[in-house]
Amino acid sequence: MNQTRRGFMGKAFGAVAGVGAVGALYAMKRSWDPLPSVKAAGFTTIDVSSCAENKLVVEKWRGKPIFVLRKTAEMVAAQDEAQNARDIIVEGAHFMIAIGLCTHLGCIPAYREDKTDFKCACHGGEFDSSGINTVLPPEKPLLIPPFKVTGSTVVLGEEGEVYKKMKESGLIA
Amino acid sequence: MAHFEKANSLNEWFDQRLGVNTLQRVLAKEYWIPKDINFLWAMGMVLAITFGILLISGIFLLMYYQPNVDLAFDSVNYTIMQEVGFGWLWRHVHAVAASVVFLIIYIHMFTGIYYGSYKKGRELIWISGMLLFVAFSAEAFSGYMLPWGQMSYWAGMVITNLFSAGSLELNGVVEWIRGDYVPAQAFLTRFFMLHVLLIPVAIMALIGFHFGALRLPHVNNQNGTDIDFEEEAAKYKSGNKAASKVIAFANDFMSKDMFVVAVYLVFFFYLVFWNYAFAMDPVNFDPADGLVTPAHIYPEWYFLWSYEILRPFSKDIGLIAFAFAQVIFVMLPFLDRSPNTVPANRRGLFKFWFWAMLVDMIVLTAMGKLPPAGIFSTIGLVAALVFIGLWLVLPIITKLEKKL
Amino acid sequence: MKEFFILAVVAFFSLVTYWLVEPFAHGQMHAHVESEHFAYADLPALEKKGDATKGADTFMAGGCIGCHNVKALGMETGMSAKDAAAAYGVNPPDLSNAGAIYDAKFLADLIKNPAHATAVEHKFNDARFHPMPAFYGAGGDDIDQEIADIVAYLQSIAVKPEEVTPEMAFKDACGRCHAVRYTKWTQLGEMPNFKHKKDELRFQADVLDYQDAVKGYMGKLPPDLSMYIRSRSEHFLKTFIENPQSQLHGTAMPRTGVTAESAEKVIEYLEFAGDPKAEMRNEVGKNVMIFMIFFVLFAYLWKRQVWKDLH
Repeated sequence: MNQTRRGFMGKAFGAVAGVGAVGALYAMKRSWDPLPSVKAAGFTTIDVSSCAENKLVVEKWRGKPIFVLRKTAEMVAAQDEAQNARDIIVEGAHFMIAIGLCTHLGCIPAYREDKTDFKCACHGGEFDSSGINTVLPPEKPLLIPPFKVTGSTVVLGEEGEVYKKMKESGLIA
Repeated sequence: MAHFEKANSLNEWFDQRLGVNTLQRVLAKEYWIPKDINFLWAMGMVLAITFGILLISGIFLLMYYQPNVDLAFDSVNYTIMQEVGFGWLWRHVHAVAASVVFLIIYIHMFTGIYYGSYKKGRELIWISGMLLFVAFSAEAFSGYMLPWGQMSYWAGMVITNLFSAGSLELNGVVEWIRGDYVPAQAFLTRFFMLHVLLIPVAIMALIGFHFGALRLPHVNNQNGTDIDFEEEAAKYKSGNKAASKVIAFANDFMSKDMFVVAVYLVFFFYLVFWNYAFAMDPVNFDPADGLVTPAHIYPEWYFLWSYEILRPFSKDIGLIAFAFAQVIFVMLPFLDRSPNTVPANRRGLFKFWFWAMLVDMIVLTAMGKLPPAGIFSTIGLVAALVFIGLWLVLPIITKLEKKL
Repeated sequence: MKEFFILAVVAFFSLVTYWLVEPFAHGQMHAHVESEHFAYADLPALEKKGDATKGADTFMAGGCIGCHNVKALGMETGMSAKDAAAAYGVNPPDLSNAGAIYDAKFLADLIKNPAHATAVEHKFNDARFHPMPAFYGAGGDDIDQEIADIVAYLQSIAVKPEEVTPEMAFKDACGRCHAVRYTKWTQLGEMPNFKHKKDELRFQADVLDYQDAVKGYMGKLPPDLSMYIRSRSEHFLKTFIENPQSQLHGTAMPRTGVTAESAEKVIEYLEFAGDPKAEMRNEVGKNVMIFMIFFVLFAYLWKRQVWKDLH
């Protein structure tokens, strides 16, 4: 009996020490979280009024490239329903705004103005001018970052009304 | 290749390959410790735990610290103290542990001196311990440079200047150590390397040496009893634990150690959260400025006694006295000529020597911090002379000691 | 019991050492300065009762708004902070909330004799004038009455004293000379987030110009106060704010004349800048201590069990 009792106290002490270790692990986990300054810097404001038609503009948001493409009237006219749904309208003009990372393995696709599409050099994936995947391997369209349209500017990192609607309709995976 | 039977359990599988049972027997279950000990025998474990705390907190500081003269101060005081989740905790823990570890080292040292734990077969334990003290001092000093505050900078300036060796004016050596005319980028980066790589590796190796030196001569006991470890171990193993003069390292000794560690941690965390100024000098919260020396400049408390031995003398004599103070403790096993391994209170004149040394070092510590003027200077000078004198008479008074 | 005796000996020597190197040594190094609780006893008491309505006219007639903005009322000099500093050495404070932040007695004496109220008479003499000219009256018979009226007017336009925030108090009383980089505060206001490096450099160049002017005026650049809550004791900060000369004789820093409440707010701001985790430290500390009670208890129970058959 003595033997088991002693074994029990040793285990009980070990359990208490374990609780302390869990507390320390929590602090350690928190130490690896992104810093507040990193999170606060997660907003980028882009003025899209100066964007030229069919010229890709690349901005930076949270360290990632952001594609901003102002579409021509012909491009908009030729679009189908799915493509239209992804357009972001700023002061009447149609824009594609998306994170410029291929949804296959994260390379940056290049824009081909003559074909109005994107081609990824890494594994040959292609996307149309709305960022919808057309040629494998990517199986998903380019991601749309959280955005909010205010006048002629777009704030990335903030969830505006249009973005929320897009999200509800499942456009943003 | 050796012949391997099929293992019947995981434990057996590992035992066949690593000898875990043998290891456990040699290092824990049948590592015999005298039963006649007090809580001071747990200081080794307290030090090991504190070193572990320093290591873990240091790892988390290392992930955000920037060893750059323009960024270091803010990476510590802003990024780590304000931005990183619980970064302030790592820093407070690290700073307080770095200071408290010296308190425990001194207690550990004076315990060894009081009970004669450096004598007859235990010389290497003492010497490896003193090497650890030197390594911890270097670790503490190099770490003190890293926040790049006013105290970091000026301590770096003053301590590296010691290497000019007084009138020899070896300024080239000082510049070589700094990699610059003053403590600057090269200095910060190399002390950063020393603090996070070279010295910690040396400390870990020395801890291994220290433990290794302990295994054969065994731990001392608090009455100077000569124990026949084999006979007592046999008694213990036969089940007569109460009559045996020895206990096993695990769990007997360990359970007592952990209780002492637990009480120590209460004291430690009290300091971490509420009383940390002694370990985080306010002056070091001013960024380094090479054109303004702080009004009062002093080392951390654990260096004060040796600093005070340097201070009251002229430049060259001060340096010699300082060098003497740095190495003399290592020589203790050879300067103590007495054959008796018993507590100091049973050792004739050494009894007085022990308390005189302890009080003298506390006086030196206090005077090292106070402004060097008036009565404090005089007391400091006397205490420094007493320190040197005590070491000079040690061989004589211990030679006179009767064999018990 | 022997172990307790040994513990007492160890604790005694440790505590004596602590007392000698910390409280005792620091007591020897720093002279203790008693706080006067922001009474400003050296300044003459206010004898006249001010009339805010009359004060408004005197304020205008006295020419205060030639140099001072009163943005709350839309009065602006049209001079940028940088140009003002180039002209006067430092940007004159906006007086919108001066009546709430500063002591009334101090304001009255300041209007009458700026170098005296700010305790920097050692810096100014017949050859070097204080940038703020003394008020010699706006035509009335009783200058003290006029000053009392101005003070009453300033109090009437300011927010209520209890509405003064730490940020307001700091920026008004300290922020025109001292930067606090941990809150992004510069002498020209909060540093904005610039998208273009060029704009950022322009802003920084303006700050440097401003700092040069202050440097010329004060003799050296007043320090960044980001970590002052940790590098100076709270007692030091309080007595220093009350009267800089008491802690640092001959300093160029003027007495700011803040009220006791505003001084508290300034210290609160410095805590926010340099030690915002103080409260969390306390909270986490309490939880750790509660845990430690269990840790000690179970360690003791384990030890007792293991040692039962060793005795």
